[in-house]
Amino acid sequence: MKTTDAATQTLLATRLALHPRVALRPEPFGALAYHYDTRRLVFLKHPDVVAVVRELGSHPTVAAALDACGIGEQRQPAFVQALRSLVESNIVMEAATS
Amino acid sequence: MTLLVDQLKRGLDAPICLTWELTYACNLECVHCLSSSGRRDPDELTTAEAKHVLDQLRDLQVFYINLGGGEPMIRRDFFEIVEYSIAQGIGVKFSTNGAFIDAAKARRLAALEYLDIQISLDGTDAATNDAVRGDGSYATAIKAMDHLRDAGFGPFKISVVVTRHNVDQLDEFKALADGYGAQLRVTRLRPSGRGVDSWHDLHPTNAQQLQIYRWLLAHGDNVLTGDSFFHLNALGDEPLPGLNLCGAGRVVCLIDPIGDVYACPFVIHDEFKAGNLRDEGGFAKIWKHSTLFAELREPQSAGACASCGQFDACQGGCMAAKFFTGLPLDGPDPECVSGDGELALAGVAAESVPRPLGDHSKPPRATPVSFTRK
Repeated sequence: MKTTDAATQTLLATRLALHPRVALRPEPFGALAYHYDTRRLVFLKHPDVVAVVRELGSHPTVAAALDACGIGEQRQPAFVQALRSLVESNIVMEAATS
Repeated sequence: MTLLVDQLKRGLDAPICLTWELTYACNLECVHCLSSSGRRDPDELTTAEAKHVLDQLRDLQVFYINLGGGEPMIRRDFFEIVEYSIAQGIGVKFSTNGAFIDAAKARRLAALEYLDIQISLDGTDAATNDAVRGDGSYATAIKAMDHLRDAGFGPFKISVVVTRHNVDQLDEFKALADGYGAQLRVTRLRPSGRGVDSWHDLHPTNAQQLQIYRWLLAHGDNVLTGDSFFHLNALGDEPLPGLNLCGAGRVVCLIDPIGDVYACPFVIHDEFKAGNLRDEGGFAKIWKHSTLFAELREPQSAGACASCGQFDACQGGCMAAKFFTGLPLDGPDPECVSGDGELALAGVAAESVPRPLGDHSKPPRATPVSFTRK
């Protein structure tokens, strides 16, 4: 198994969700995400990223959402990085654990 | 070129940035007005038609629209249109000269969500501003900004068209914006509308272009530009923030007051008209199937610029700037930083320069007649 750093493990165990003020619009390259509060437009540049972002809210952890979307362990680091930048731009946010 | 930019050039399912000039009527007559505004066109879209357009944009998931004119607040149904748009989940940003923002309107605007306001200002003093925008327009804009601040609107935008006469005021514009808690937006002057005649006297000199490039680099994301200065990227290794591409017909388009759809706000001319909203199929059909937009989404030839090492940086510049100065679209921008545009301009015969489509300027006022009381 590939070793992953602590920060990655933490994120994988977090529950994330699409920010309620964000709209996703499907596009040939993936989707456009528009944040109505910050007025920021973010490009989700891969259909798999879009699928994961849409799924996040229905799973208890990021790892579970990735699993549900069929993202294998090898691709996890890339997705963790993408999700981190989406958290930073507030497109995705930490959600209350249910 | 990045994959994303490549994909954006092939067009999106709906525009990102849609400008809608609500009216050609305006209380001002700025010498560089991109839509030659002044008088209302009697064929303007009605309130019902405007709402129908908004329904179509909602179905296409257009996130926000940029309303302008003319002066959009002149329309009696201005608030009705804005409120309807917001209710459809379409955010609104509108450009205004501020003449119709009094204390009460400022409070009404402040109460709306998903609303941004851009106050146009082209000088940090009355003399510089009013030379371009007309007598009293500086005082009008400042008063509107005061009202917005007092109403607690929050960070509105101050929108500046950079000319050779205000380029030295960029720091002062920034300070002015900061003083209001506002955001500064600076954009490139195009030879569109009435600008076709004033551009030669107003556009920045080549030395000033370097000044603008350095200033924009120094201020990064803190100053908005509508990504309009990408032709300056040929000046250095560091690109300006934003998408380095012409979005006309690909991610951007213009709806004019009578429902004509153009590739961008700066090309009001038959050659760049994609259709009319009143035609069967409406906006979606135009955006997805018009011949013009399909052509613009094809790979564009670098033409005369193909042998220039800077083409990747500047992308050949702005289509509108070339068109309305009589230059070929596959050649250098008239403000090409290598000076190639200037050379090309010298060879353009005045009568071969295309004229913008409609002139909505008010007729010149008759000489005042003096009445003698009997």
